[in-house]
Amino acid sequence: MAFTETKTKSDQESLAQIEKERLRGLLAAGERPQAPSPLAAARAFGWRAMLKIKHVPEQLFDIVLFPIMMLLMFTYLFGGAIAGGTGDYLQFLLPGIMVMSIVMTTMYTGMGVNIDIQKGVSDRFKTLPIWRAAPMVGYLLADAFRYAAAGAIMFGTGMVMGYRPSGGPDGVLLGVVLLLVFCFAFSWIWTWIGLIARSEKTVMSISMSILFPLTFLSNVMVDPSTMPGWLQPVVNNTPITQLVDGVRGLFDGAVDSGAVVTTLLWSAGFIAVFGFLTIRAYNRK
Amino acid sequence: MTNQDTAVRAEGLVKHFKDTKAVDGVDLVVPAGTVYGVLGPNGAGKTTTVRMLATLLRPDAGSATVFGRDVVADPAAVRSQVSLTGQYASLDEDLTGLENLVLLSRLYGFGKAAARSRAEDLLEAFGLTAAAGKQVKGYSGGMRRRLDIAASIIITPKLLFLDEPTTGLDPRSRGQVWDVIRTIVAEGTTVLLTTQYLEEADQLAGRIAVIDTGKVIAEGTPGELKSAVGAGSIRLRLHHADQRDHARTVLAEALGAEVELDDDPVALTATLKPGEDTASQGSHALGELSRSGILVDDFSLGQPSLDEVFLALTDKVDA
Repeated sequence: MAFTETKTKSDQESLAQIEKERLRGLLAAGERPQAPSPLAAARAFGWRAMLKIKHVPEQLFDIVLFPIMMLLMFTYLFGGAIAGGTGDYLQFLLPGIMVMSIVMTTMYTGMGVNIDIQKGVSDRFKTLPIWRAAPMVGYLLADAFRYAAAGAIMFGTGMVMGYRPSGGPDGVLLGVVLLLVFCFAFSWIWTWIGLIARSEKTVMSISMSILFPLTFLSNVMVDPSTMPGWLQPVVNNTPITQLVDGVRGLFDGAVDSGAVVTTLLWSAGFIAVFGFLTIRAYNRK
Repeated sequence: MTNQDTAVRAEGLVKHFKDTKAVDGVDLVVPAGTVYGVLGPNGAGKTTTVRMLATLLRPDAGSATVFGRDVVADPAAVRSQVSLTGQYASLDEDLTGLENLVLLSRLYGFGKAAARSRAEDLLEAFGLTAAAGKQVKGYSGGMRRRLDIAASIIITPKLLFLDEPTTGLDPRSRGQVWDVIRTIVAEGTTVLLTTQYLEEADQLAGRIAVIDTGKVIAEGTPGELKSAVGAGSIRLRLHHADQRDHARTVLAEALGAEVELDDDPVALTATLKPGEDTASQGSHALGELSRSGILVDDFSLGQPSLDEVFLALTDKVDA
């Protein structure tokens, strides 16, 4: 049986000849369309990222299961200890834990960029007549989709667990948009690290050693006023704390416009600095 | 030569990586419309040279033009005329063959329908239609190569860089890649090919540059290079090991050449005299052996190997 199968396969293979005439025709056609616009190029890369999700759906486990796990664990493990009850704690925790889990998944962008370089695909992209940032922007667009999906899943789970946003649908939507804007901007750090790091493992360990302190030293899990005095100013001024204040305010219907503006300023800063570093590293590679 | 007659002109290209000089003053002139072979062992600087010419690396010193456009000053103009098929297939392994080609066609600016039909036509021409819907990670080495070359001619380039296109391929796949290269050149595209195999350069290239430790150590037509190196060798395996000394004497007399005994107790190798017809020396040697009653199991008449080319050429440099 196995023998027959092998034989059929090699028969098929030998039929797969190079068709010189056809090849000649294709070469002679010499069609040269106009180079795509930056937006079209970025969209093509976004399409590529979606195809990757289609072919390797396992990668969605991270963004689906990780946030749900975080939400369940922190609510039921610490709720009683920190807030004296899981219901109140969930009300406080949900916006923050949403920020934390989604910001943590941004590091996959850097790993993707690095894998493209290792595999040589990015060499091909670099010889194309396209906007140089298009591959990165395409990645980030597809990632924004993943973050939105993760956000929706967490919010849904939270609702099932009893979370009720006082900010209403508008507040929740604006909060998620603020989070997505921040993640898009923040991811440029990882595209840069993805370009300069030696391997995807390096990217991962660098990202982890930045993300863990950055997300835990914040107001995600606890109120900073319970922290030692010297730590409070640090925690209160990290971009993550500002983002959480902004998102929490929008969800709760008590908008903290200062935090929203600060978050947008941080975002602009990340794009300016790390977008520049990314493109420079990309051109140099 | 005018710009249009010369595909590549490189002068004194240098590239360092940390402490190592990967490319150490390479000069090249590649005539348009031909296959130009860059021959050298691993680590000779072939890939680095090609990457500089394809604008993927910036040279530390020296200059290069592609069809008259400078690779440093005007990389976009160079990029619009060249395509590169790298040493490792530059494809997205998670995507299917069709998706890879559609994506790249879109990035060259084809509309949705045009991109798809271009991709399908290319798959058909390269005998990949049956595998169009499979992820590239399941492709064999030969299929990857073909898909990679297909990706390089989505837009017919004026100059195609092929970096070791057949390294690691089985003989049949190698033959297919050679066919493709010949067809591409026949349609007017210049091909700059790097290879570790003298045979490949000999089969395909009109001119060859031999490169070692970052320098061009010889340049010429395959014939010129071979005659500079010697006419090749005869390798024999005898039926009886005890006839080997006799065979050595016979060969040395018949050819007036140096005969070496191999580690294999039934094998010996005779180096042919340069400048004389290889085939007639070979048949003469065989005739003499059979007249002397020596039984030969295996007989091969070889071109000089890349090793011999290098030994000969580097010897010359030292002297």
